[in-house]
Amino acid sequence: MHPSPSVIIFTALSGLGFGLLAFLGLKMPDVTGVLAFIFFVIGFGLAVGGLISSTFHLGRPERSIKAFKQWRSSWLSREAITAVFALSVMAVYAIGRIFFDHDIRILGVAGAIMSIVTVFTTSMIYAQLKSIPRWNTKLTPAYFLSLSLAGGALLAAQIKICLLLLLISGIIQLLVWIKGDRALALSGTTIESGTGLGTIGRVRAFEPPHTGTNYLLKEFVHIVGRKHSAKLRLIALILMIGTPILLLSLSFSYFLAALSVISHIAGLFISRWLFFAEAEHVVGLYYGKR
Amino acid sequence: MTSLPDKTERKLGLVIDLDTCVGCHACVISCKGWNTENYGSPLADVDAYGENPVGTFLNRVHSYEVTPDEGTSQLVHFPKSCLHCEDAPCVTVCPTGASYKRSEDGIVLVNESDCIGCGLCAWACPYGAREMDGVEKVMKKCTLCVDRIYNENLEPEDQIPSCVRTCPAGARHFGDFNDPESHVNKLVLDRGGMDLMPEQQTKPVNKYLPPRPKDTLGEIDILAPLLKPVAEKPDTFIGWLNKQLDKI
Repeated sequence: MHPSPSVIIFTALSGLGFGLLAFLGLKMPDVTGVLAFIFFVIGFGLAVGGLISSTFHLGRPERSIKAFKQWRSSWLSREAITAVFALSVMAVYAIGRIFFDHDIRILGVAGAIMSIVTVFTTSMIYAQLKSIPRWNTKLTPAYFLSLSLAGGALLAAQIKICLLLLLISGIIQLLVWIKGDRALALSGTTIESGTGLGTIGRVRAFEPPHTGTNYLLKEFVHIVGRKHSAKLRLIALILMIGTPILLLSLSFSYFLAALSVISHIAGLFISRWLFFAEAEHVVGLYYGKR
Repeated sequence: MTSLPDKTERKLGLVIDLDTCVGCHACVISCKGWNTENYGSPLADVDAYGENPVGTFLNRVHSYEVTPDEGTSQLVHFPKSCLHCEDAPCVTVCPTGASYKRSEDGIVLVNESDCIGCGLCAWACPYGAREMDGVEKVMKKCTLCVDRIYNENLEPEDQIPSCVRTCPAGARHFGDFNDPESHVNKLVLDRGGMDLMPEQQTKPVNKYLPPRPKDTLGEIDILAPLLKPVAEKPDTFIGWLNKQLDKI
């Protein structure tokens, strides 16, 4: 898949933002007033910033309001609705915490749950796609949720929970890569099944439909970046998981915490870039490019 | 509504004969022409006369080399367009309801004025049947020439999809798969019509007819004795020359 910056920024930032909002809704940390204001601004900034970024990959962003209609069948529509719902509930809760030192518990819990549900709906947009075997697995929601919560805990300065969640995220990330590398082969979709010519013999793409490129090749057949995938995986794991665990285990200081956050986010962007760049859409088989 | 209909009254679609297709790309051109001049926004070409021309097409012809375990390879031309699947994954993922499958005839269409150009339907399609238009930024796909097949202003023989009407080899057939007597159903039955990527569970309506097995020449009984080489080991001048050349 083409690793479009708008979608990478969207999934990474909104995941972090909703993760942080979930912890804030559960009074972790238990903050009010100015401190609460700062935490909520970061949470809303990341979540909303991510969502705004996602509209940049739309061909017709001016019509995006229409995306709220088809929640019965479409995960993208469900995501739009849960995101707005989660943000609205959290906004009311945040106003109470910041300005009135008042804790409307039910709204906090509801907002936290809705924030996590929003991240789940985002992950299902990708996990539902049979056409991309690497994503079509329960590991995709696990990958999005674990990283959202780990990043949220990191931003919310919940060190002990964060260490545990980072560890879990690291394990899930490794599973995503190990299982993902075999997903296309195990899916049973091949150039032979795609053309139906496998009963005659081995099939090889002889001549593409056009000498130039097209939308399908640009959007679905990204193979350039895979050359360095092993190195990038290691860098992502060190930055996203290893460094924060090491720094947070040493001793707590704002400097080390800030360093952990920067390292985690840098690693997260590489991990998310790989998530898209390494995903093989089966349409590439028709072009003999896989 | 992007939920799929339980069943459709008619099941219109194409049969594509891989045995007959000569790979001339006439269907590609007639499709591009008809769908640029008629229903919906035109199929754009970006940088058409420049270095990197890229265009929107609803139908593309690939060519594949197939090599059996024994015998020679063969070349198969392979036109590919929307298969109007019964379980169309492109429809259910659409957040706006722009993508839909008609309950009356099963045609999968895009309402372009509702399309936000998110591209998710093209992601969901395993066949690459949908392409985002480079100028209009909405999703384009085969309409089964919905503006021809019901168009009574056209001559009856023209009330079929443009690609079918154009094919000079007769490799494309249009009909109703819900009608057991339709010629498309008969073709599928007679020739072993097949689904593309059945494991993707999209239940495509369009079917492909596999190339017929190559015929083989049997032993020519009557003339064979007469055609036998006069001498198994030539001992004439040619034989002598052959030996001398081998020695060098």
